[in-house]
Amino acid sequence: MAELKYALYTGCTARESTPELLMSTMAVAKKLGIELVLLDEASCCGASHLQDFDDFLSLVLNARNICYAEKEGLDMVTICNTCQLNTVMTKERLDSDEDLKSQVNEKLAEVGLEYKGTSSVRHFLYAIIDDYGLDRLAEKVEKPLSDFNIAAFYGCHNIRPSHIHHKHNSKVIEEDVGEGGGEEAFTTEPLLSKYNDNENPYNPTSLDRLIEALKGKSVDYESKNKCCGFHADLQAPKTANRLTGTALLDAIDNDADMMVTPCPLCHLNMDVKQHAVAKEMGRDIALPVLHLPQLVGLALGIDPKELGLQHNVAPVEFV
Amino acid sequence: MSTERITKKLTFKTFRFNAETDFLPYFKTYEMEVGKDELVLDILNRIKWEFDGSFSYRRSCRHGICGSCSIKVNGKPVLSCKQNVWELVDIFKTDTLLLEPQSTKRVVKDMIIDKSDFWSKHDKLKPYLEAEIDENPAEEIRVSPKEAEELLEADYCIQCGNCYYACPVVEVNEEYFGPAQFAKAYRFNADVRDTAKKERLEAVREMGPGVWDCVKCFECAEACPKDVNPIEKITKLHNQIFEEGMAQNNVATRHAVGFKHSIVKHGILDEGELVRYSEGNIGVLKHLPEAIAMFKKGKIVMPWNMPKSKKLDEIKTLVKSSSKVKF
Repeated sequence: MAELKYALYTGCTARESTPELLMSTMAVAKKLGIELVLLDEASCCGASHLQDFDDFLSLVLNARNICYAEKEGLDMVTICNTCQLNTVMTKERLDSDEDLKSQVNEKLAEVGLEYKGTSSVRHFLYAIIDDYGLDRLAEKVEKPLSDFNIAAFYGCHNIRPSHIHHKHNSKVIEEDVGEGGGEEAFTTEPLLSKYNDNENPYNPTSLDRLIEALKGKSVDYESKNKCCGFHADLQAPKTANRLTGTALLDAIDNDADMMVTPCPLCHLNMDVKQHAVAKEMGRDIALPVLHLPQLVGLALGIDPKELGLQHNVAPVEFV
Repeated sequence: MSTERITKKLTFKTFRFNAETDFLPYFKTYEMEVGKDELVLDILNRIKWEFDGSFSYRRSCRHGICGSCSIKVNGKPVLSCKQNVWELVDIFKTDTLLLEPQSTKRVVKDMIIDKSDFWSKHDKLKPYLEAEIDENPAEEIRVSPKEAEELLEADYCIQCGNCYYACPVVEVNEEYFGPAQFAKAYRFNADVRDTAKKERLEAVREMGPGVWDCVKCFECAEACPKDVNPIEKITKLHNQIFEEGMAQNNVATRHAVGFKHSIVKHGILDEGELVRYSEGNIGVLKHLPEAIAMFKKGKIVMPWNMPKSKKLDEIKTLVKSSSKVKF
């Protein structure tokens, strides 16, 4: 199997309020032999808020980020669900609209860049599952997580809207549906069968499968695919706290020993805000919340310090 | 040619409740052989016709345009008359499907819910065209194909309520208008003949019921059976609020604009400064407990250590040349 090498788009959070995410990503990649080239030239993706203010500017900036992966001749991986969605939504729009692509390229030409659309963009979670492979990962497990009930919290922007993620984030199993016409054209065969192995936003499985590969027990709870409310934290804190609290309590009530998420924004709400959320919900909340690579790293036997567990606000005391 | 009908034996666990006679809801299970062409609506009919005549649900057009027959199957909002059953078996990889109403807390009987909150909010956003119409026009009002295209997707909304009852904000904030309502407001705001754009924007810009309370979870886009993509319309309403110069100076608008400020300065986001800029010097104090907890864990970057993107000049050039929106 060819060595895996990607351009890593870190997003802003991994450079600031979740340094442990970048540390653990680099540590896990090193242990698995995945080469990551940091895109230090990249800018913020706009996190869906710049898009509310200035849609065209966000397109130009996201296209510029992809340009740097293209210059490296590499596919891009992301470690934040929101960065993933904003980047692939830009890609989707530019790849399907020549006029828009040339408007954006006209701007990019001012700084000597051109968006071509040659690099794919996917989250590190799917790079591990689909490119590295869960079987290979399972073979590398040094410290099985068999003592733990682990609640997967998927985060909206990795699973919705599913048609975009099926195209960009997951491994699409294309089916030959044959040429149109004749009886074939009127077939009522299930329409989504080509996505059989991809994420179902109403019952996602990737993180659960990953947990099982690490020999942990994945917790079955209703809130796993729900929203943590992060994007309304400032303007609608009550709404955000209730959404965060509902998910945390749901995991706790289903005997979770810890939670894991592939999104640093969900992590900020779930980890940092437990005290404020507990007040809103009227119940105590104490649950360790790990970033995806922190969990993988623990199972691979990487030193907890190298995974930045000391930076988590909700204490990770089981290590 | 074989005439043998290919079927799958499936189990339907069905939510049952009659507000007039039941204290609590319960589930009833039905087993049946289901053919590959059968839709969820066929199953609802078969439960009523073959098992229990009291089973209740709404249905009308059977052509995917009236929006009456929406329910949830295994948590997925579906338009019963459009949704193939085998497809659901394929998606969920199970022979047992859970049939539930769109919102269990609004149930009147079985699959039938009280949609009055949906309609009253809908009505508040002027879901109709307001225009100065000459009663004896010399010629028709011309709308170019490009202008028509701007509203076409939003015009496909059939008010089924799938997005509204899937929206987590609707669930926790009774005031919030909801995605279908915003999509409808956008539909008329994008109509070149309409004259009530500013009135609608005034309503949708309000904190609490308005567009700023959207959590951007994309549940609405996922739930829509007509590909209206309500969250995209919500984003366009955000854009209209700025473009029309109607953005009030509040935490939500400053939050959006703050991204541009940070990007110009650092390339990436200055997270701490964004919170201060959005909340103001006094408002930011309410985040102090979390800030202290983060500081203790080494999660706060001091201003003098704020990282910057390489080639920041490039980013500055692009922001200057590409950004036309004012605040």
